Amino acid sequence: MSAALLEVEDLAVRYRTRRSAVRAVEAATFTVGEGETVAIVGESGSGKSTTAYALLGLLPRSAAVTGGRIGFAGRDLAGLPERGWRELRGRQIALIPQDPGTSLNPVQRIGAQVAEALRLSGNADRGTVRARTLELLADAGLPDPEVRARQYPSQLSGGMRQRALIAIAIAARPRLIVADEPTSALDVTVQRRILDHIGGLVRESGTSLLLITHDLGVAAERADRVLVMRAGAIVEQGAPGDVLAAPRDPYTRALIDAAPGLARTPRPRRLELAALPGGAPGDPFADARPAPAPAGDDGTAPPVVAVEDLTKDFRLPRSADRPGTLRAVDGVSLAIARGRTYGLVGESGSGKSTIARLILRLADPTSGRILLGGEDVTAARGARQRLLRRRMQIVHQNPFASLDPRRSVEQIVTDPLASFGLGSRARRRHRAKELIDLVALPAAVLGRRPAELSGGQRQRVAIARALVLNPELVVCDEPVSALDVSVQAQILDLLAALQSELGVSYLFISHDLAVVRHIADEVGVLHRGRLVESGPTEQIFAAARHAYTRELLDAIPGRR
Amino acid sequence: MARFLVGRVLQGVFVLWAAYTLSFAVLYALPSDPAAIAAGANNSVTPEQLAELRHEMGLDRPLAGQYLAKLGGALHGDLGTSLQSGEPVTSLIGAALPPTLAVAGLGLVLGALLGTGLAVLATVTPYRWLRQALLGLPPLGVAIPSFVVGLLLLQWFAFAWNVLPAIGEGGWRGLVLPAATIAVQPAALIGQVLARSMEGELGKDYVDVARAKGAGPFRVNVRHVLRNAALPTLTLAGLLVGGLLTGAIVVEAVFSRNGLGRITQGAVAAEDLPVVQGVVLLGAAVFVTVNLAVDLLYQVLDPRLAIERRTAGTARFTLFGLAGRG
Repeated sequence: MSAALLEVEDLAVRYRTRRSAVRAVEAATFTVGEGETVAIVGESGSGKSTTAYALLGLLPRSAAVTGGRIGFAGRDLAGLPERGWRELRGRQIALIPQDPGTSLNPVQRIGAQVAEALRLSGNADRGTVRARTLELLADAGLPDPEVRARQYPSQLSGGMRQRALIAIAIAARPRLIVADEPTSALDVTVQRRILDHIGGLVRESGTSLLLITHDLGVAAERADRVLVMRAGAIVEQGAPGDVLAAPRDPYTRALIDAAPGLARTPRPRRLELAALPGGAPGDPFADARPAPAPAGDDGTAPPVVAVEDLTKDFRLPRSADRPGTLRAVDGVSLAIARGRTYGLVGESGSGKSTIARLILRLADPTSGRILLGGEDVTAARGARQRLLRRRMQIVHQNPFASLDPRRSVEQIVTDPLASFGLGSRARRRHRAKELIDLVALPAAVLGRRPAELSGGQRQRVAIARALVLNPELVVCDEPVSALDVSVQAQILDLLAALQSELGVSYLFISHDLAVVRHIADEVGVLHRGRLVESGPTEQIFAAARHAYTRELLDAIPGRR
Repeated sequence: MARFLVGRVLQGVFVLWAAYTLSFAVLYALPSDPAAIAAGANNSVTPEQLAELRHEMGLDRPLAGQYLAKLGGALHGDLGTSLQSGEPVTSLIGAALPPTLAVAGLGLVLGALLGTGLAVLATVTPYRWLRQALLGLPPLGVAIPSFVVGLLLLQWFAFAWNVLPAIGEGGWRGLVLPAATIAVQPAALIGQVLARSMEGELGKDYVDVARAKGAGPFRVNVRHVLRNAALPTLTLAGLLVGGLLTGAIVVEAVFSRNGLGRITQGAVAAEDLPVVQGVVLLGAAVFVTVNLAVDLLYQVLDPRLAIERRTAGTARFTLFGLAGRG
C-alpha cells in the first residue's frame, strides 16, 4: 500500500448545546493512502459526516475538534486557524456534497461557480478560465458544457448538478476528495453512473477519495477499504470482502443483514403482532367486520383497487418548440388484490407519485377508470369522494414533514377519526392506544410531539395514522427512503406483519427495487409514465425482460 | 414578460383609481365646507356669496356627479385648485416634489447602504461581541423617533461642531443632515431583515461548497449569500418607500425645508381637500411604481423567477420561488 496521505488519530469532535456537550466523534483513527479510496459507513448520527467536515475545517460554529490529530501530507490540521484552512480547501482537499439540489448557489450560473473554484485555487487566470471551466464540466461528464455553463442550477437535473459539483471539486486537482453521501439524493441508475464517474476520475488522477455513505453495498463495491462507524467511533475496518464476509463487530453484522441490496434472497419476515383491532373498513368503531367480499364466478375475490388504462396529462405553458401537454401517466392498468402488496418502481419523474394521487383521487385522470372494490369511483365528487378517503390512506416519504409538529402523537393518530366524526373522545383515545401498540411503540409516545421522536418512530406514527380508519388500501409513497437501513428493515417488517394481521392492501411506491423485493407480491416497473413490465416479484427479479428493468436491477449496489 | 408587465401596470392603474376614490369618499364625507375654507377665515362673506361660491365649485351638485367630474379632470391631469392659495394642485405639488425627492431618495439610498453594510459586517465578523453589538443597533434605530434623531444631528453637526448647515436649503451640504435623519429607520429595518436572512442563508449547503472551494468569509457573504438574502429585503425596501413621505413631513419641519411634507402638513391642517387628495394620489403612484420596479428587480436577482416565466411555470417552481423569498 502507498504512503498514507491522511492520518487521523484519536479525532474527537464535540457539539456544544445549550445544556450539554454532545460527543459526535470519539477517538476516530484511520488513514487514507495516496490514491486510495476509503469508505466510511454508518447510519445517521454515527458521526461520519461530522468526521468529513472536520477534515475540511467546515464544522459549524457550535462544533469543535477537541482532541486528536488530523495529519495531512505531514502537517497536523487540528487547530489550524481559518486562514490556514482556506489555503488547503479546494487546492488540497475538496468536497463533493450530499445534496446537489441545495449545494449550488441558485442565483449564479453553473459556469461562474466552476470558474470561481478555478480562480480561487490559482489554477487559471482571466484568459484561460473559460476554456478550463468548459473542460472541467466535460471531464465531470456533463453533456453540452457550453450550454450548461450558461444555465442556472434550477435548469439542471439532480444528476447534472452533482456533475457540476464534481467539476468544482476537481477544479484544483486536489490530493484528497471528501465525498459526503454524494449520490443518496439521486435515482439509483443516476447514482451508479455518478459513482462510476467519480471512481474513474480518482483512478485516473491518483486522487485519494474518502467516501461517506450509509449504504454498505455502495461502500463494498467502490472502496479499497471500508470503515464502519457507530456512535462516533470506528468499530471495524478492513478490505470490503473481509468486512462483508466475516464481520467482527455485531453492528456490522446488523448493517449487512439490514441492507436490502446485499441479501441474495428475501429476508424472512419476523414480527408477531399482539393486538387485533376490530371494526369495519373505514370505521374502526363499527360493530363487526362485514363478511369477506363474495368470491367471483371464477373463485377469485375482486381486487381492492384496479385501474384501467389510466392516463394523466399535465398542461404546460404555451411554447413554440414543445407540445402543449406532458403525459405523466400513459395507459397504466394494474390491480391490487386484497391483503397483497403491489410494488410500483420507477425513477423520479416516472409518474409513480402521480398514479398514487390519481388512485387516492387527489387528482383527476385525463382518461381511464379507477375501480375501488369493483365500483367505479373515477367520477366520484363531493361527499362520496370524501367517504372514499376512509377506505384509502397514505404514508408519506418524509416522516419529518408529514406530521404536524405542533400536535401530540395522540392528536395526530386520532385526527382521521375526528375529521370524520367517528367515535367518542374516549373511544378515539382507546383506538390511538391500540394503534400505537400495533406499530410497536410504547404508550408513552402518545403524549409526545413529533420532534421528540426519531425518524423511524415518526414513520411508525404515520403508519398508525394511516391505519386508524381500518382502510382497505394504504398507499406507501417511498415510506422508507428517508430512513436508515436498519430502521428501513424494521419498518418493512412492520408493514408486512400489519398486512398479515389486518388484511390491508398496499400500493408500495419506491425507486429502490431492492426494498420493493422485500415487501411486494407483485411488481410494476414504471418508465416515463408507462408500465414497461409487471408480474410476480420473484419472476421480475429472476428473469426481467425489459431493458430498463435490467438497468434498475444492475444499479442496486452490491449486486455485481 | 410583456404579458406580465401589462398585468402589473393594469393592477397599478386599479390601485391609483382605488386610492383616488377612497380619498374622495373619506375627504368629502368630512363635515367641513370646502367653500368656507376657500372663502377664507374672515367672516365678511355673506351667505349669498358663499352659496354662489359653492355653485361655482360645483359643491351643490349631487356627490356622484361631483365624483365623476373630478375623476374626469384627474384623468386629464387636472387635480383641481388649492382652496387656500387658488393655485392648481398639480403645479403646487410639482414645485414641492424636487426637494422632497432629493431628500427622500438620498435617505433611502443611504439607508439601504447603511443597512446592507451593517448586515454584512455583522455576519462576516468572527468576533461574537461585534456581531452582538451590531445586531443591537437596528432595534435602537427603530425605537428612536426620527425627529429626535434630527434634533440630535442638528445639535452636533450644525451647532456644536459647525460642519454642516442647520437650515436645509441650498446645495448638497444642506441635504446631508435631513437625508441622514430620514435614513435611520430604513437602515435599521433593512439591516435587521437582511442580517436575519443572511444568517439563514449561511446555514445552506451552497455556502459549505463555496467555503470548500477556498473562499474567504467576505467573498462567501458578499458574492454568494448577499444576493440570495436580498430578496426579502427588497420587498421590505419597496414597502419602506411608503413611509418616506411621513419621514419627509418630520424632516422638513425640523430642518425648515420646503417640500411635499410641508405642503401635506399645511393642507391637512387647513382641510385643503384637493391638495390632500393630490398628495394621496402621488403617494399611491410612487408606491405602485416602486413596487413594480421591485418586481422587475426580482427577475434580475433571482434567475429562477425569470426561468419560470420563460419555461415551466408549474406550481412546483412557484413554490420554490416563494421559498426562496420567504
